[in-house]
Amino acid sequence: MDNSKSIDPIQFMEALPHGKALGMQLIELGDGTAVLGLPYDKRFVGDPETGVIHGGPISALMDTCCGASVMSHPEVMGITATIDLRIDYMRAAKPGDTIVARAECHHVTRSVAFVRAVAEDSNSNTPVATATGTFMVGKSK
Amino acid sequence: MSRKTPEPVQVVKQRRDEMLKSLVENIPYINYMCISFDRRGDELTAILPFRENLIGNPMLPALHGGVTSGLLEVTAIVGLAWSSLWQDMESGAIEANPADTSALPRMPKTIDFTIDYLRSGLPRDAYARAIVTRAGRRYASVRTEAWQDNRSRPFAQAHGHFLMPQRDD
Repeated sequence: MDNSKSIDPIQFMEALPHGKALGMQLIELGDGTAVLGLPYDKRFVGDPETGVIHGGPISALMDTCCGASVMSHPEVMGITATIDLRIDYMRAAKPGDTIVARAECHHVTRSVAFVRAVAEDSNSNTPVATATGTFMVGKSK
Repeated sequence: MSRKTPEPVQVVKQRRDEMLKSLVENIPYINYMCISFDRRGDELTAILPFRENLIGNPMLPALHGGVTSGLLEVTAIVGLAWSSLWQDMESGAIEANPADTSALPRMPKTIDFTIDYLRSGLPRDAYARAIVTRAGRRYASVRTEAWQDNRSRPFAQAHGHFLMPQRDD
């Protein structure tokens, strides 16, 4: 990892009150990549009959993870703002499982960063969800 | 010529409010977010009261993007379920029982959801409304807008596709 961009995982979440409220954890941060976890919590259930998590916390996880991958990109300066985020829900997440999102900031222009992300539970054959997003950035030169 | 006597207003209001209550109250995430729905006839407005733990960036400060998308997705799902139940509710084919929601159809499932963040969400209450643009038997398309101070200046919009619950008949 690029030392000039080292981010303390605990500080990172402390700076995100809603991420902290949802119990999100920063697992790994690379050059333009990020891995975040969202432990299962009954309060975030969307379907009480099955105990499946609502889409809301999953999109919060995806948004945070994508944003973190942009900020960790070596060519990006400062903070980012989400322009848009599309999430495809492949299947219901297994109740009880931590959901892990991996995001990759695969391209950066002078003002826009492009990101894709995948969210998985313990069954890693099919992702729970995938996301594509664009973010406004300032590029370092 | 005899005309059917209109139902008393209390009966109409109670039927609709109980149906809305049974749609919303059993979903833990909606309760966690403290999202409530204001009903005027069949029009629903979601209300998200501001709390400190909804902040994503304390420097600005701004609502977390996930809060905004959560509000929009809840509004879309409840709005879609509500509009698909409306006729059966009004005809009496489906009756609400907030204590036992097993008789109600399942909620629609999100297939995909795309959020445009138009401006940063301010640290205050937010509101949202959904429009069902296609209500098919198998899937539906829904547009949602969220605003804060001015209805004409939305801070986020979204559109998504939802799988409709299949009725057993």
